[in-house]
Amino acid sequence: MDEDTTPRLLSGCRTKYDSVRGNWVLLAPERAIKLDEIGAAILAETNGERSLGGILDALATKYNAPREQIAGDVVAFLASLRDRRMLEIS
Amino acid sequence: MMDAPDALTQPSPSVTYGPPIAMLAEVTHRCPLSCPYCSNPLELTGRAGELDTATWIDVFRQAAELGVLQMHLSGGEPASRRDLEEMVSACREYDLYSNLITSGIGLTEKRLAELKERGLDHVQLSLQGVDAAMADLIGGYRGGYARKMDVAGWTTALDLPLTLNAVVHEKNIDRLPEMIDLSVRMGARRLEVATVQFHGWADRNRAALMPTREQAKLCGQRVAEARERLKGILVIDYVPADHHADYPKPCMGGWGSTGLNVVPDGRVMPCHAAHTIPHLVFENVKDTPLADIWWKSDAFNAYRGFDWMPEPCRSCDRKARDFGGCRCQAMAVAGDAAATDPVCIKSPLHAQLQAMAQADAESDGELTYRVMPK
Repeated sequence: MDEDTTPRLLSGCRTKYDSVRGNWVLLAPERAIKLDEIGAAILAETNGERSLGGILDALATKYNAPREQIAGDVVAFLASLRDRRMLEIS
Repeated sequence: MMDAPDALTQPSPSVTYGPPIAMLAEVTHRCPLSCPYCSNPLELTGRAGELDTATWIDVFRQAAELGVLQMHLSGGEPASRRDLEEMVSACREYDLYSNLITSGIGLTEKRLAELKERGLDHVQLSLQGVDAAMADLIGGYRGGYARKMDVAGWTTALDLPLTLNAVVHEKNIDRLPEMIDLSVRMGARRLEVATVQFHGWADRNRAALMPTREQAKLCGQRVAEARERLKGILVIDYVPADHHADYPKPCMGGWGSTGLNVVPDGRVMPCHAAHTIPHLVFENVKDTPLADIWWKSDAFNAYRGFDWMPEPCRSCDRKARDFGGCRCQAMAVAGDAAATDPVCIKSPLHAQLQAMAQADAESDGELTYRVMPK
């Protein structure tokens, strides 16, 4: 996954704060995926316009974390959503 | 059968049940099709018995407050209700993810666009076959297949996500590769391949619809191959033929654990076929708050957790994985809803169930179609 590609949630896939259970969820066709703090943070930066590199920059700054350290987790998470047809990368 | 959403659904053996994730709103039993495996009960509710718009919308509000995330608008054919648009708006208002489970009949391009405008999130379109001859034979509705293909095209043109749902059985299971190709060609993101479940109408059609063991095995292999080949293109969910299996399915992800069904007249059930368990009494949203039905009703508590289980389930190390299987199948075959699902190799009825399945697979019969009372 190149850093200048742009991940975007597909139509019908959206996040919501589940106030009954007290966590974020990703809602998608026939699926409701509980997001941990990391997943929720990644999707909060994934707006369909920001590149992967931009998302990594934003997360590194916001959470004061080493960029190269978080890159693996971010790419793996986004790739898993892509494989499940919830996200596209263009 | 409802698909158990993943990731949120990990009941632990120490069980404290959480709120439901999904609600199936069977807003009507009316349907232009008459599929011989319809999951609706043999005793169908007519239009006069259906909940009105305001009551459905209030149930959606209660469901959202209870913790439901996904609202499956189903039937019958939900497009048979003229107030479907208002229902979709209500789902959006209560921040519920709305899923339209439809045959496509009753939808027009304009109506689908209106539903999207009001916030519809997803369309699940049923597929009875890969050509008009097969699809219209099974659906019992001439012209149904052509209309479905139109609906699929409108759905993707509107950028609504499309899932195709194919119930597979003896007569169409061998054409799975064509169903998969069709799904990709139609731009579907997901395909559900669900082997027919033998309750209600389907149980009347066992001889005509029961796949052979060889057909079921080939289907499973083809699904596995296609999942690998189409990764990132098409997601395939698969409900195998449990009558040819050695262990039962984790029916509903455990009784009363993840989802609830509200039927057209307002009764609330843990699954499609729960009404076949005669001692259960189902409370009605017209009389009782939805939250009370979910948490407190006898019907929902009847088979929750593990305490109700007799042997061999009670001491089985698979019990947290399959919850003893399907209560309705236990009722139908063993005559006891608390018995081990006869699909299970540990059930004393396993050999009998498999012999019945084999005999039905080898025989054929006329299709008995679903009929609506006049």
